[in-house]
Amino acid sequence: MPSSDSEPERKPRVTQATLVRKARALLAYRPAGVSPQRRVQRRYTMRLWSVRHARFLEGLYARFAHVFLMLHPVWNAIGYARAERPVKFVERHVKGFMFDCRMCGQCILSSTGMSCPMNCPKQLRNGPCGGVRANGNCEVEPDMPCVWVKAWEGAQAMRNRDSILAVQKPVDQSLRESSAWLRVTAQAAAERKKARETA
Amino acid sequence: MSRLPQPDENPEGAHLPLEPLPGHSSRGRLERILRRGEFAVTAELNPPDSANAQDVYERAAVFDGWVDGINAVDASGANCHMSSMGICALLTRMGYAPIMQIACRDRNRIAIQGDVLGAAAMGVSNILCLTGDGVQAGDQPGAKPVFDLDCMSLLETIRTMRDEERFLSGRKLTTPPAVFLGAAINPFAPPYDFRPLRLAKKIAAGAQFVQSQYCFDVPMLKEYMKRVRDMGLHEKCFILIGVGPLASARTARWIRSNVPGVHIPDSIIARLEGAEKQKEEGKRLCIDIINEVKEIEGVSGIHVMAYRQEEYVAEIVHESGVLKGRRPWKREPGPDDAMVAERLDHILDAPREKPGEMVKDAAR
Repeated sequence: MPSSDSEPERKPRVTQATLVRKARALLAYRPAGVSPQRRVQRRYTMRLWSVRHARFLEGLYARFAHVFLMLHPVWNAIGYARAERPVKFVERHVKGFMFDCRMCGQCILSSTGMSCPMNCPKQLRNGPCGGVRANGNCEVEPDMPCVWVKAWEGAQAMRNRDSILAVQKPVDQSLRESSAWLRVTAQAAAERKKARETA
Repeated sequence: MSRLPQPDENPEGAHLPLEPLPGHSSRGRLERILRRGEFAVTAELNPPDSANAQDVYERAAVFDGWVDGINAVDASGANCHMSSMGICALLTRMGYAPIMQIACRDRNRIAIQGDVLGAAAMGVSNILCLTGDGVQAGDQPGAKPVFDLDCMSLLETIRTMRDEERFLSGRKLTTPPAVFLGAAINPFAPPYDFRPLRLAKKIAAGAQFVQSQYCFDVPMLKEYMKRVRDMGLHEKCFILIGVGPLASARTARWIRSNVPGVHIPDSIIARLEGAEKQKEEGKRLCIDIINEVKEIEGVSGIHVMAYRQEEYVAEIVHESGVLKGRRPWKREPGPDDAMVAERLDHILDAPREKPGEMVKDAAR
């Protein structure tokens, strides 16, 4: 068995990290729009605007959900399954523009200060990790303001500011790429129906 | 020489496993000590980069009789080491009381729930739930980060398994894992005013004890603890403060800029730089911080993270006098020890069966 003690001189240590760093240097160019962590890099302007106007958006969202629920007979007539495609198209683009939505299909924006938690590299849904930099930026993406620092700021401005304290369930990955708007509406309609029946 | 009976041992004999106490969620000794109101000390074992069990035993032996629990880290800083599950298997075999860390970075909910059952069956009675550092921080930045659960939903998952005796899916468990649940806190990272609320959230999700990130800024911790006391959280959860010696001003600077979530004020670095022997001063500084921290109301213990200076843990604990003469118990019998011992006797006594000879016999 070779023993490291008997070696006359110590070689410089080559770790995986060194190899990765060297490989990175060999890249001919840094692709645009992709961070070193290989995440699609976006501008954070709209996302930050949404957080600053969290209170306004909260009200808008509540009204919007109400309208969607009023339209329940329409969705029912079309069929929720058939409405899914066009609604999802609109939802993806509107929320994508406003919040950099990742279409997790189970929107909790109103309990995260209108800052989408799926933009966190660790996809934390329950608050910031311990790695937040002193300047409030993300540990993984040094240029991105921490999603949860922003969420806390947004939540302070909101009417329902305590909803950020609710413990969120783990993400149901099977709901990805589906419309959260329609699901919430369908659930609310079902609840309303149940309440009417029991009353 | 006869030994005085310890408060944490089975009255029928020290070799028997501990009986569950009313109101306790585990049979572990860490929970007993904390609930009895004593100042607890835990330490972190530096996981070996080897497949040799002896490495783990040696690294655990330096803590013998000085700590109430040994943290088995789960690839901390996203650097690959022996797994926390493996370390816990070895530690429980030798009768240590490990605190198994589970990071959400590497495993999804299916793997984690299975591991929790396995660990509890081995005799692990403390589990610490972490989100985990991002893969970019470690030696293999090309790895795929999992983050299926986060620390909060992990806490809730294990609490459901323990208290409601079912998996996250709702399927029943026949024997629930009796574990004392822990979490991590970092009072030294923004958003500062959310941090105490986050602790409240972790408690709501099931945390019974928390260990903090390295504390080098005591005024900041005091501020945090004040808000924690105002919310009454220190009565619902045991708070252990992370401390550790800094080897030199250079390492301090390196840690500050490279390890996510560690806050080291300039005054600490200046004090280290001014010292003749920086390593000695680092140890002194750690003891000073412990002495300040232990006086803060609501702090139930310390968690010593002496990375690559594990041999100092005993000195630090001794010189700070936090144990007040208490000698943490060394060996904690596992629930299946008697069976294993019997089986081992049997194995040792039985004649050796050599496959080669067995084949020859069969061929004859």
